[in-house]
Amino acid sequence: MFVSYKWLQEYVDLSGVTPAELAEKITKSGIEVEGVEILNEGIKNVVVGYVVEREQHPNATKLNKCLVDIGEGEPVQIICGAPNVDKGQKVAVAKVGARLPGGVKIKRAKLRGEESNGMICSLQELGIESKLIQKEYSEGIFVFPADAEVGTDALDLLGRDDQILELGLTPNRADCLSMLGVAYEVAAILGREVKLPETNLESAEEKASDYVTVTVEAKEDNPLYVAKVIKNVKISNSPLWMQARLMSAGIRPHNNVVDITNYILLEYGQPLHAFDYDRLGSKQILVRRAADGEKFITLDDVERTLTSDHLVITNGKEPVALAGVMGGANSEVTSDTTTVLLESAYFNGATIRKASKDHGLRSEASARYEKGIDPNRVRPAGERAAYLMAKYAGGEVLEGTAEVDVLTVEPAVVSITLEKINRVLGTDIQMKEVKDIFDRLQFDAVIEDDTITVTAPTRRGDIKIEEDLIEEVARLFGYDNIPYTLPIGSTTPGKLSEYQKKRRVVRQFLEGAGLYQAVTYSLTSEQKAAQFALENRDTIRLAMPMSEDRSVLRLSILPQLLEVLKYNSARQNDSLAVYETGNVFLANGTDVQPEESEHLAAAITGLWHHHSWQGEKKPVDFFVAKGILEGLFDRLGLTNRVEYVQAQVEGMHPGRTAEIRLNGAKIGFVGQVHPSVQKEFDLKDTYVFELSLKAVLNEETNALQYQSIPRFPSITRDIALVADKETVSGSLKSIILEAGAPLLKDAEVFDLYQGDKMEAGKKSIAFSLKYMDPERTLTDEEVTKVHDRVLNALAEKAGAVLRG
Amino acid sequence: MQERLKELQAEAIQKVDQSAGLKELNDIRVAYLGKKGPITEVLRGMGKLSAEERPVIGALANEVREAIAAKIEAKQSALEEAAVQEKLAAESIDVTLPGRPVKAGNHHPLTKIIEEIEDLFIGMGYEIAEGPEVEQDYYNFEALNLPKGHPARDMQDSFYITEEILLRTHTSPVQARTMEKHQGKGPIKIICPGKVYRRDNDDATHSHQFMQIEGLVVGENIRMSDLKGTLNVFAKKMFGEDREIRLRPSFFPFTEPSVEMDISCKMCGGHGCNVCKHTGWIEILGAGMVHPNVLEMAGYDSKKYTGFAFGMGPERIAMLKYGVDDIRHFYTNDVRFLNQFAIEE
Repeated sequence: MFVSYKWLQEYVDLSGVTPAELAEKITKSGIEVEGVEILNEGIKNVVVGYVVEREQHPNATKLNKCLVDIGEGEPVQIICGAPNVDKGQKVAVAKVGARLPGGVKIKRAKLRGEESNGMICSLQELGIESKLIQKEYSEGIFVFPADAEVGTDALDLLGRDDQILELGLTPNRADCLSMLGVAYEVAAILGREVKLPETNLESAEEKASDYVTVTVEAKEDNPLYVAKVIKNVKISNSPLWMQARLMSAGIRPHNNVVDITNYILLEYGQPLHAFDYDRLGSKQILVRRAADGEKFITLDDVERTLTSDHLVITNGKEPVALAGVMGGANSEVTSDTTTVLLESAYFNGATIRKASKDHGLRSEASARYEKGIDPNRVRPAGERAAYLMAKYAGGEVLEGTAEVDVLTVEPAVVSITLEKINRVLGTDIQMKEVKDIFDRLQFDAVIEDDTITVTAPTRRGDIKIEEDLIEEVARLFGYDNIPYTLPIGSTTPGKLSEYQKKRRVVRQFLEGAGLYQAVTYSLTSEQKAAQFALENRDTIRLAMPMSEDRSVLRLSILPQLLEVLKYNSARQNDSLAVYETGNVFLANGTDVQPEESEHLAAAITGLWHHHSWQGEKKPVDFFVAKGILEGLFDRLGLTNRVEYVQAQVEGMHPGRTAEIRLNGAKIGFVGQVHPSVQKEFDLKDTYVFELSLKAVLNEETNALQYQSIPRFPSITRDIALVADKETVSGSLKSIILEAGAPLLKDAEVFDLYQGDKMEAGKKSIAFSLKYMDPERTLTDEEVTKVHDRVLNALAEKAGAVLRG
Repeated sequence: MQERLKELQAEAIQKVDQSAGLKELNDIRVAYLGKKGPITEVLRGMGKLSAEERPVIGALANEVREAIAAKIEAKQSALEEAAVQEKLAAESIDVTLPGRPVKAGNHHPLTKIIEEIEDLFIGMGYEIAEGPEVEQDYYNFEALNLPKGHPARDMQDSFYITEEILLRTHTSPVQARTMEKHQGKGPIKIICPGKVYRRDNDDATHSHQFMQIEGLVVGENIRMSDLKGTLNVFAKKMFGEDREIRLRPSFFPFTEPSVEMDISCKMCGGHGCNVCKHTGWIEILGAGMVHPNVLEMAGYDSKKYTGFAFGMGPERIAMLKYGVDDIRHFYTNDVRFLNQFAIEE
């Protein structure tokens, strides 16, 4: 809502309060003033001039040579390019030395050889937006009414000596979608009176009810419909001050009748509609729901197809307006209109909302109906509009109204105790102060003992419960005056859950290992959503996505991380390691909330280690990725429960991928991205892992228990084995550990050879075995006995023998 | 004989002085002090001396031998020391060359902000509550006093999956769920961080996905002044002890009264500048007293229990705190952006 400071002064005395101060006060007490615009900022020396002579410029067909009286002695010559400039017009003249918006300075100039002493201005050139300028002047200069005095300040005449407060209204404060509503608010803030506008009306003898009958079929949608009839109107421009006020509020002037309806919309917050009575085609108004498929052309000349959700105003047969949203082209007021039927009605907000949404038509009127209008302003607004039409359109207002009224208006009555107010706010406000606040708001308030009973006026439909009263008290008492305290009562322990604590450990570990944390979008494309998914589930698609790229919820994080690597690689960062923890979304069937599972994913590309001047360069490989995971599981105390098993995962390198198992169950995978996928993302060799972090962090770990440090030395024996190429080190290690227990404490691979010195299909793999007894020093014989057992087991179970 | 010994001493010492290496020095040792050396020879000829001369010459010979040995010893140490020095000199390196890099990543700036806020509130006795990102319409709207058709639903155009399931538009449903879980009993003190989604076109100030952190306190005597005091502690710890806060009335369907909190502008100290749009204040968060309908729907007796709630955007806080100028940076994950947040302030 744009509020003109000058206009507001008609209803509230603003003396001693500057626009900036007023903005600050309004903001602090409840409605955010998002800006204050000074309309004539940077503009000076623009006056009304009279075009005495106009002739075509001798050297340019599109220019006019004008002689303009600017109230300073002899008329001056001005060259003007506007197509509509003519002799006898009163126009806005920027004199030599004038300033215009955008820092434009007007100088004496020669245009095509002819002197020009100033500039005749369009409204755009005076800082008014094109969309707000009346159509007849939008392509040229503005022409003032004949009574404009030559030499006076043109901007003052246009109402530009004003400041506009832009109110950011929250949905509960629809009352401030009107100048009167704002006036009540400002009056309460300043503790001043509200002056109501003039509606004193002399009626003609004829009765409105003789001209039209009103019937409402859809009474729930339209409990109150008031029609007034104004005869003998003369359509012309509305007075300049009214045009100026409309423009400053963001509405384009049309003609006096239409402008008056818009003026009342702004003044009372009550939408009105003016029909050309003679074009209605009948003497009746019938309000009903539209038929499904019914067609109707709105006054923007668009044919609309209606449904039974939409309310229409009809002439008994066909629609003449889409109720509360837009009038029809068939009954629009034109320059020939002489009799006006003026509608002032109360429409149900939800019905209007549906229609405006369905047709994509959000008008000033529909916005007000949707948010709720004051039922007690429907009649006065109509009266006031009729009064203005009599005054500014020369109309005769017929006696009375034609109407349907089944609206019951019950103001909200709410009681609250002073104790409750102070208990909720933490204040020590006195009853007298509370009463004063409601008096300033012009709410009826009756005190009985500790209780105050408030009757909220119908304009404040947002006041319904005790808490609403508390808010009124708080905002006018001033939040600055509420003390600073902290909650008292029983204390609560502040802490992270075990899961949250471990999640932080995971992040710290990965970052310490060299990975950057990324945060990517949960919404992705259908194609990427299921790529690398751990579980084979249906994708979850938005009902109305904004784009295909963000239409489906992700089943895995990796595609997004590969995008991150791609983005960075394209910007000279082709060695990079990133990880992300975040939810993936697993469908549980339609119309059921999906399961959300937190995943951990990482992607590493390019050089893992690079120390150029020492000539060290190591690209990432499988064991870099796996090493990070091993370190992580170590940190989480899960190493003994995790195993890596060669696996095939779609999108991954078939020979360089392992499934990660926790307690034997698959929780993720680690490996190289398939070269074809790498190519798709323009990446060098890239190693990744993705796993269910939820599974990992929900795994209960053993309590930390100290193990005594061994006092006796261990004995190490190295063995080099020859085994089948397919035999994996993990299974050999298992055989060794099992056969060597309990004296054998560890077995570590220290060499692997599969070159041409080996027999075909064989490889050599060497282990270092560590034997130890915590209670005593082992003898050679004891170790040999166990060691032989290990060798036998290897030969028997894996056909692995000592390399000769 | 005495002269001969003196001569030998002088001669040997001169040679030692002139010697340039350990090998040469050893040769001198062998030549003068060895079994076949001249001093030994002199001592061998002592038999021919008188009983009076013998001890004198003997003593002198030992003196000479010791003098030469000492000289050799000293020279040897000097030469060895020189050799060590030379070796060390040869080993010297350019200490200005770069060290071996230790790989380290760091928190995403949003995580950094969120953890900082979490820790701050944990210190004040809050727990961290989390909830689903894909929500039921009931928890996202209805339980928060936003029935179907409520005009305020316009404020947050949403990504629906079906009529009843949508991507949550705020983290407030976690509050509704937590209250429901507590079955009408207090106290509750929680912070709810998480991702939320709205139908916005991504641009410098909008993102269809962003983070939110909400706080909720429910108890038997929770007052608006407690909210003000809590937010004051938060603002000072998060943005600096010299910051002031101000509450302005506002509107949210799930709180009544509702407020917005501004902090005084750091750039201009409250005098007005471009950052604060010449108001001296910067909007940080929305808050309010939990609406009685919300309490009642979650099973609380709103006559007995009151509560406050607040919600803020980590992106906005990060943008203000670090001067980030485009919200899209948070989701592009350009490493040149990410690695700027490694520093611990």
